[in-house]
Amino acid sequence: MALNPFSSGTRLRDMIRAIRACKTAAEERGVVRRECAAIRASFSDNEQELRHRNMAKLMFIHMLGYPTHFGQMECLKLIAAVGYPEKRIGYLGLMLLLDERQEVLMLVTNSLKQDLNHSNQFIVGLALCALGNICSAEMARDLAPEVERLMRSRDANTKKKAALCSTRIVRKVPDLAENFMGLAASLLKEKHHGVLISAVQLCTELCKASKDALEYLRKNCIEGLVRILRDVSSSSYAPEYDVAGISDPFLHIRVLKLMRMLGQGDADCSEYMNDILAQVATKTESNKNAGNAILYECVETIMGIEATSGLRVLAINILGRFLSNRDNNIRYVALNILMRAIAVDTQAVQRHRVTILECVKDADASIRKRALELVFLLVNDTNVKPLTKELVDYLDVADPDFKEDLTAKICSIAEKFSQDKLWYLDQMFKVLSLAGKHVKDDVWHALIVVISNASELQGYSVRSLYTALQTYSEQGSLVRVAVWCIGEYGEMLVNNVGMLEAEGSITVTESDALDAVELGLSLYPADVTTRAMCLVALLKLSSRFPSMSERVKRIVSQNKENMVLELQQRSIEFGSIIQRHQSIRSSLLERMPVLDEATYLMKRASTTQASIPAYKPASAVTPGDLKFPNGLAKPAVTPLADLLDLSSDDATATTTASTTTAPSDFLQDLLGIGGTNLPTAGAPSSASTDILMDLLSIGSSPSQNGQLVPDLSLAQAEKKHVSAAPQLVSPVPEPVDLLGSLSSSTSVSGTKSATAVPQAVDLLDGLSSSTSVSAGLEDACPSITAFQSATLKITFDFRKQLGKPQESTIHATFTNMSSSTYTEFIFQAAVPKFIQLRLDPASGNIVPANGKGSVTQGFSVTNNQHGQKPLAMRIRMSYKVNGEDRLEQGQVSNFPPGL
Amino acid sequence: MINFVLLISRQGKVRLTKWYSPYTQKERTKVIRELSGLILTRGPKLCNFVEWRGYKVVYRRYASLYFCMCIDADDNELEVLEIIHHFVEILDRYFGSVCELDLIFNFHKAYYVLDEILIAGELQESSKKNVARLIAAQDSLVEAAKEEASSISNIIAQATK
Repeated sequence: MALNPFSSGTRLRDMIRAIRACKTAAEERGVVRRECAAIRASFSDNEQELRHRNMAKLMFIHMLGYPTHFGQMECLKLIAAVGYPEKRIGYLGLMLLLDERQEVLMLVTNSLKQDLNHSNQFIVGLALCALGNICSAEMARDLAPEVERLMRSRDANTKKKAALCSTRIVRKVPDLAENFMGLAASLLKEKHHGVLISAVQLCTELCKASKDALEYLRKNCIEGLVRILRDVSSSSYAPEYDVAGISDPFLHIRVLKLMRMLGQGDADCSEYMNDILAQVATKTESNKNAGNAILYECVETIMGIEATSGLRVLAINILGRFLSNRDNNIRYVALNILMRAIAVDTQAVQRHRVTILECVKDADASIRKRALELVFLLVNDTNVKPLTKELVDYLDVADPDFKEDLTAKICSIAEKFSQDKLWYLDQMFKVLSLAGKHVKDDVWHALIVVISNASELQGYSVRSLYTALQTYSEQGSLVRVAVWCIGEYGEMLVNNVGMLEAEGSITVTESDALDAVELGLSLYPADVTTRAMCLVALLKLSSRFPSMSERVKRIVSQNKENMVLELQQRSIEFGSIIQRHQSIRSSLLERMPVLDEATYLMKRASTTQASIPAYKPASAVTPGDLKFPNGLAKPAVTPLADLLDLSSDDATATTTASTTTAPSDFLQDLLGIGGTNLPTAGAPSSASTDILMDLLSIGSSPSQNGQLVPDLSLAQAEKKHVSAAPQLVSPVPEPVDLLGSLSSSTSVSGTKSATAVPQAVDLLDGLSSSTSVSAGLEDACPSITAFQSATLKITFDFRKQLGKPQESTIHATFTNMSSSTYTEFIFQAAVPKFIQLRLDPASGNIVPANGKGSVTQGFSVTNNQHGQKPLAMRIRMSYKVNGEDRLEQGQVSNFPPGL
Repeated sequence: MINFVLLISRQGKVRLTKWYSPYTQKERTKVIRELSGLILTRGPKLCNFVEWRGYKVVYRRYASLYFCMCIDADDNELEVLEIIHHFVEILDRYFGSVCELDLIFNFHKAYYVLDEILIAGELQESSKKNVARLIAAQDSLVEAAKEEASSISNIIAQATK
């Protein structure tokens, strides 16, 4: 045999030591890699005598979480070997490294069959164990006859293993249940506890798998079971089975469990076991865990079967004892069975209400959770108010991470028993005030729906929320609901409309109401939803309180430069509504129509919590899906362009055609006036992420190749457009055109004749330089729109010099799309290291309004990695509008290929 | 039914895993990570049950080792605590006052013991004595095979001398 250089002679022990000695994860990986290489080499050399050791090593490596699939075939070889040691390790490896879903497992069926027929009981045991732990449905079907035969074996060890193996077979293939039921029942006559336990478990599984088997076992083994339980519970001390003074609690518990299955819904069977259950329930010692485990199972069985009322009282008393036990484990299981006992005897469980409520406040999360579930089930019409009060009071001191569960439960209790709307609203306001941070979205959504429907309580709601907001402004969802209500019902707040009898009047001025909303804006600078809701509320208040509209406008305009597209857009839109569209404002900002409760509840039931319900007034998105190709930034959106009197050019119109709707429709949608049944119910949440993605793609270097195609088509559309539009520089610069644009620009800025003259000179300069260069240039590339926002458009034209592919001359044209002139316009560009950039002076620093004229600037770039990396550029434009600084920036990544 | 058995050290190292329900390798790693996060952080006075993905995980700490068993929601938690203790007592008897190192270096033996206690996620033997007897019988079978192998190789060595 050739000596393998990788075949290390390390023993299992040495390998484990080496792995344990590793100080870092990398070191450990190194050792494992070396060992795996050696094991693989050894496998491929077929080194018989090392197989055993290699498999053991592999199992250890597997336990550490490394891949070991290459050892699977080796398991099969070991199993097929003759000797017991090989088989033992082979089967262990099989159970560890494979599971029932692997195809390889099928290959072992034959070996298993042979081993099941082996004369050595231990080899049969190994095969049964492996089959019982990992067999698939096919193997179960193939080998069931062997296992059946082994259940008749004379050896107890084989019998019990075969019985348990059958439980797995029945689990996998329930139709085989009938084959096993006779055998299982006959095994219950055995004396050996292992066999009894296994047989009882098999019977339980058979009852689950087949009705016929259940009937058969009811008829044939109830007597046997009662006898087993009587024997084991009254047996004298047997050291072999003794656990804390109780003889074989495992057998106890399993028999009790099977009795529950048999007695369920069968009065005769239940009758038969009443006595023995009473005996176990009264005589079992409850000072140790083993005894309590039996009592626990016994109580469950009594609750599960058709027990006599006396027996039930006994069981409930045991539960009472459990519940007051100091051991957390016992209390936990007590809460657990009480859940099931409610169905049987609600009154008995209600008696323990106080104790259960105490458990809600336990230090142990597992117990709290159980208790809360139980309280939820205990609530009924008579006790709902005190119980809710208890829970709400507890909210104040509860663990922060428990609050989410707790609020969800309180809210659903309040909702379930909300015939008294005022009470419901009060509870909800309390919950929001105490734990608004932890409330899930659908809870406060539901609250808004209820408020919208309770017309007589809207005034009360808005006043209560306003008051709560003064104290608990840190509770996010309270702020949202309060802001929504102030926006909708602001005049009720100020005029104390719809006062309830018990309500104390408060004096709130219009400006106070605005303060509250402004507080929301200032406290949640990063919460887009809250801010958006605040903006909508402000807009609505501008119509409710006309005298405040100047102030509203001021606050709204602060968000004009918000980094979040959504807020920026809203701010600009709302600003223009307040400023210019007073005629439609009041009809636009009417109160929302009553939200349809039934539709909402249905939707809530059908959708998961993740989706934003359609009624949400300020869902942080617009109905359209705003997607722009790379390099195009659009801080303000075109659909409103008409409203803002912007002249949108054809190129952008094509990209946004799908999103553009009639402005009034759009606003209606935005404000949710369309009613509750917006067709885009599911869309908002996805659209908001899209906006985020778009934002991100502007700032970072976008590398989505998919975007390239629309870019190019856009560029081509742009080119056509360029040749048609007189104010833009066409690919071949013609002096006439330029002069034409010059004349138009001077005509616009005619009042500033002093600046117009140097501009004209500049322009001519730029023209002369570009034409002089163009003599030696080839026109190879189409022009592109390098940057486009609602206010500014930049196009690039390209020239390339023959023989110098890495150099390009770019001619940039800046066009002002807004209605005000830009002064002090400066264009800056940055490029990656492999590109060199030289900027020529611009043709001027004033860009006239409304696209009537433009500024141009030439620059040349040298791509030192031409052919390997495409051109890329970040650009920044700073300028002043009416003396106010503006800054726009973007990334140009839609350069034509080959630059 | 017991869905899986886990032995985790206090540092979160896995000492033994046995899966009676099918989990892919990826799921297994995830389960172990999730559960060690849940269990190792729990205080000493709390109950020994953790609710997890609709199952219950019963755990018990012995020195630096956590023995965890994942059971169905309607199984008897208190009994599983007894099964864990049953397993530990048998290990203790087999190794002679067992410690974590025994389970590291003789992990395969711990598996052999477990296979005599559980099959298909159900208990097979409530007598510690019986389990000990069966393991001993199988160990001696292995010893006998080893001796035979070495004596055969001796004979071969002598014959070829």
